[in-house]
Amino acid sequence: MSLFRLFFRAPSAPAARERLQVLLAHERASVGDSDLVTKLRDEILRAISKHMQVDDEKVSVRMERGAQVSTLAVDIEIPFDAGKKAA
Amino acid sequence: MGKVIVVTSGKGGVGKTTSSAALGAALAQGGDKVVVVDFDVGLRNLDLVMGAERRVVYDLVNVIQGEAKLTQALIRDKRLETLYLLPASQTRDKDNLTAEGVAAVIGALKSSFDWVICDSPAGIERGATLAMRHADVAIVVTNPEVSSVRDSDRIIGLLDSKTLKAENGERMEKHLLLTRYDPARAERGDMLKVDDVLEILSIPLLGIIPESMDVLRASNLGSPVTLADGRCPPSVAYFDAVRRLKGETLPVAVPGEKRGFFGKIFGRKAA
Repeated sequence: MSLFRLFFRAPSAPAARERLQVLLAHERASVGDSDLVTKLRDEILRAISKHMQVDDEKVSVRMERGAQVSTLAVDIEIPFDAGKKAA
Repeated sequence: MGKVIVVTSGKGGVGKTTSSAALGAALAQGGDKVVVVDFDVGLRNLDLVMGAERRVVYDLVNVIQGEAKLTQALIRDKRLETLYLLPASQTRDKDNLTAEGVAAVIGALKSSFDWVICDSPAGIERGATLAMRHADVAIVVTNPEVSSVRDSDRIIGLLDSKTLKAENGERMEKHLLLTRYDPARAERGDMLKVDDVLEILSIPLLGIIPESMDVLRASNLGSPVTLADGRCPPSVAYFDAVRRLKGETLPVAVPGEKRGFFGKIFGRKAA
């Protein structure tokens, strides 16, 4: 079984290399807080809290950092009467 | 109430993070709800070993400073739905870890998880002492090598004096996890013997993890080894360690040691 493994498994080093490249590109950018995705996250949440009382439990933020594109998903439950109170 | 485990060693590079991830994934595969907490503020790596490095939004320091809710900072594993990660901060320094903040986070995690595994940073500074502070059980990760054994002895001293359990006059449950054990070097007589390490540190043996390419492969791929390949020798050793952690009595097999019929029957006992 171990012989089979030795010969037929794809090498893992390329995966390691790619993961590190993506991660380090993002981390180098974030030194001095210039990571765009993090900045956007904070500013979006600040903008929203200006207009309504944000319940932290009702906000879900997801990020996925990729080599070419990153995604930022901010999911916020806005109660029906939130707008009225702020107005 | 969940159990809090600290995975600690004093020395760096002995396998704390690898073991935290492997034990966490092994426990979660048994259906238990597990969270692995990275205490290495400034030099986090648990996210990388668990393959969640691209999905970190908030971290332990954000939660402690009140910038994010605990539920927002927890990252659920993509493969195992009962396995969670609480990453450390990469940019803040460890002074942002406050004793009260850590106490609150651990308290909250204990109430919703079966196991809270605290991956300690190397050294004996703030991060390491806070990681062990609230532990019910300590796993001391040691390599069969002089400097590692010496540092483990030092850490055992801290576990018996600086933890909440110790301060309350209770006995801290400690286990030895011998990692990076190389059967070939042991055969040549160039490595400290298991019995020597056990005699010096005198804490019960939780398991012996063989030095293996499988561990390297798993971290290259961003998967705890017990999840990447459950049947490779290090994984089998981690799964056995988990059974012992849960109270089972299993003989500990020394990797590469050929045992006769009697050896198998009168195998080494854990503890």
